[in-house]
Amino acid sequence: MSSKKAVISGVYDTKVGALPESTCMSLHTEAGLGAIQDAGLKVSDVDGLLTAYSFTSPQLMLGAVFAEYVGMYPKVSASISMGGATAGLLVAHAVALVESGMCRHVLCLTADNRMTGLGDKVQAALASVGHPQYEQPYGMSVPSAFAQAAQVYMHEFGLTHEHMAAVAVNQRANAAKHPNAHMKKPITMEDVAKSKMVASPLRVLDCCLVSDGGAAVLVSAREAARDLPKTAVEIMGVGEGHTHEHIFMAPSLVDFGCKDSTATALGKAGLKHSDVDCAHIYDCFTSTLLICLESMGFYGRGDAGKAALAGEFAIDGRFPVNTNGGLLSYGSSGAAGGMFHVVEAVRQLRRECGERQVKDAEVAFAHTLGGIFSGHCSMVLGRL
Amino acid sequence: MSDTPALIKPIPVPDADSRLYWEGANQGKFMFQRCLSCGKAQFYSRSLCSHCQGKNLEWQAAKGLGKVASFSVVHRAPIAPFADDAPYVVALIDMDEGFRFMCNVIHCDPATVRIGMPVRTVFEERPGSTQKIPQAEPM
Repeated sequence: MSSKKAVISGVYDTKVGALPESTCMSLHTEAGLGAIQDAGLKVSDVDGLLTAYSFTSPQLMLGAVFAEYVGMYPKVSASISMGGATAGLLVAHAVALVESGMCRHVLCLTADNRMTGLGDKVQAALASVGHPQYEQPYGMSVPSAFAQAAQVYMHEFGLTHEHMAAVAVNQRANAAKHPNAHMKKPITMEDVAKSKMVASPLRVLDCCLVSDGGAAVLVSAREAARDLPKTAVEIMGVGEGHTHEHIFMAPSLVDFGCKDSTATALGKAGLKHSDVDCAHIYDCFTSTLLICLESMGFYGRGDAGKAALAGEFAIDGRFPVNTNGGLLSYGSSGAAGGMFHVVEAVRQLRRECGERQVKDAEVAFAHTLGGIFSGHCSMVLGRL
Repeated sequence: MSDTPALIKPIPVPDADSRLYWEGANQGKFMFQRCLSCGKAQFYSRSLCSHCQGKNLEWQAAKGLGKVASFSVVHRAPIAPFADDAPYVVALIDMDEGFRFMCNVIHCDPATVRIGMPVRTVFEERPGSTQKIPQAEPM
C-alpha cells in the first residue's frame, strides 16, 4: 500500500432522461453533493473543483457559478471544455492535483439538461461546433462527421451494419438492468436495421441519446481516503491523445488519439489489454465504439464488429463493454455522458452493480472522447 | 421560400487567414498554401505551416482534381436550410496536390458516391450570398 496514486472516493449519477423540472445548476448540485456524500465528506472538505461546460446554460465560469450556488470555497477551481472528452480530462487533472499535493479531495463535476433545455434545437447546437468556414457551409451533422470513419472501416476492414446493430442491441439489454437508464425497452437487430437512416451508415438506433442528467466523481489522495466508507478505487493510470479538432484535419480516418491514450494509461498502470475485466468506452455512435476498440488495440483490425456479433461484449461475455448501457441507451448528457462511464467503472470495481455485475471485476478501463474523434482520455481503474 | 433569411445556408465569413481562398473561389480557383520550407501543402490556409511551423508560404491554385477519401449520405439535416437537399453527400476529398477538404459531392445521385471515386472541384452559387462555395462533382 505504498502507492501514492490517487483514488476515487465517491461517485454519483442523477436520474437521466427527460427531467423537465431540472436545470443545469440543479443537476450540478445533485451530482456534486451526491458524490461528496457518497465519500462520507462535507462540501467544506473539498479543496479542488473541476467542472465542464453547458450548452443549455452557457457560463464563462461554470465552476465559479456552481461553487457560489452551493457555498463551496475551493483552493483550486477550473472549468475544462473539451467536448465529450471532458469527463475523463477532469479526472486526469484531478489526479495531477492530488498526486502533486496541491489538493486532497477534487470534485469532478458534469451535468446538463440538454433534452428538455434545448428540445429540437439540440442537433443544430451540436452541428454549430463544425468549422464555420470549412464545415458548416456543407450541412455537416455530427453523425455525418463520425460516419466518415465508419465508411472507411466498412470499405477497408469489413465493418457491417449487423456489427453495429449488435452493439446497440447489447447495450439496450444492459440498460434494462440499470434502474436509472433512459431507454430500457428491448430492441432487436431488426429494429436497428429498420430505424431511419440519419447519415449513412448510421441509423437512429446507432446514435446516442440526448438526455438530461449529471454525474460526478470525487478524486482523493489515498491517505485522505483511508477511513472513508466506500471501497476506494485506485486510478492506476491515465492517458490522453489529441490529434485534431475538425474531422477533415484528422491525420488518419483509421487510428485516432485513443491509440496513444490507451497505451499511456495501460503503461502507467503496468498492465496489458488482456488485464482489463470490463471496458466503459464513449459510444456516441455504435461505430465509434467498434472503431475505438480496434484503434486502442483491444481487438485486431476488423475483429471488434465480429466480437460484438458473437456476444463478447455482454455482461457475462468474454469482454464486457458498457455495462450500464452507455450513451446509446443509459444516457447522454453532454460532458456527463463520459462521466456516466467512469461512475459505472467504479461501481463495477466496488461490486455494486447487482445483475449488471461483471464477476470478479478487478480492473476497469474507462474512455472519453471529444469532438469528432478529436481528443481522447483513457483511464485504468483498479480495485484496491 | 428558398430565399427567406431563415433558410439561407451558413455563409463563410473570410478572415485574414482565408481571404485569398474565398476570393479565389469567387474567381473559380481552388487556392491553397504550399510551404516553401518543407514543401508540404496545407488546407485550410493560415499564418504558418502546420507541418513545420515555417512562415514561408506560397499560394497556389489546385488543378481541381481529387478522390473521395470518405463520405456520408445525410438523410437528417442538422439545420433547416439543408432539409430540402436531403439526402445529400458530405464528403472528404483528397486533392492531387496533397491536402484534404470537406464538401458536398453534387450533380450526382448520392447513392453512386464511393470511396476512391475521382472528382473535380466546382464552385457553387447559392441564394442569399455572393460567395461561391467550393464543391466536388464526379469526373
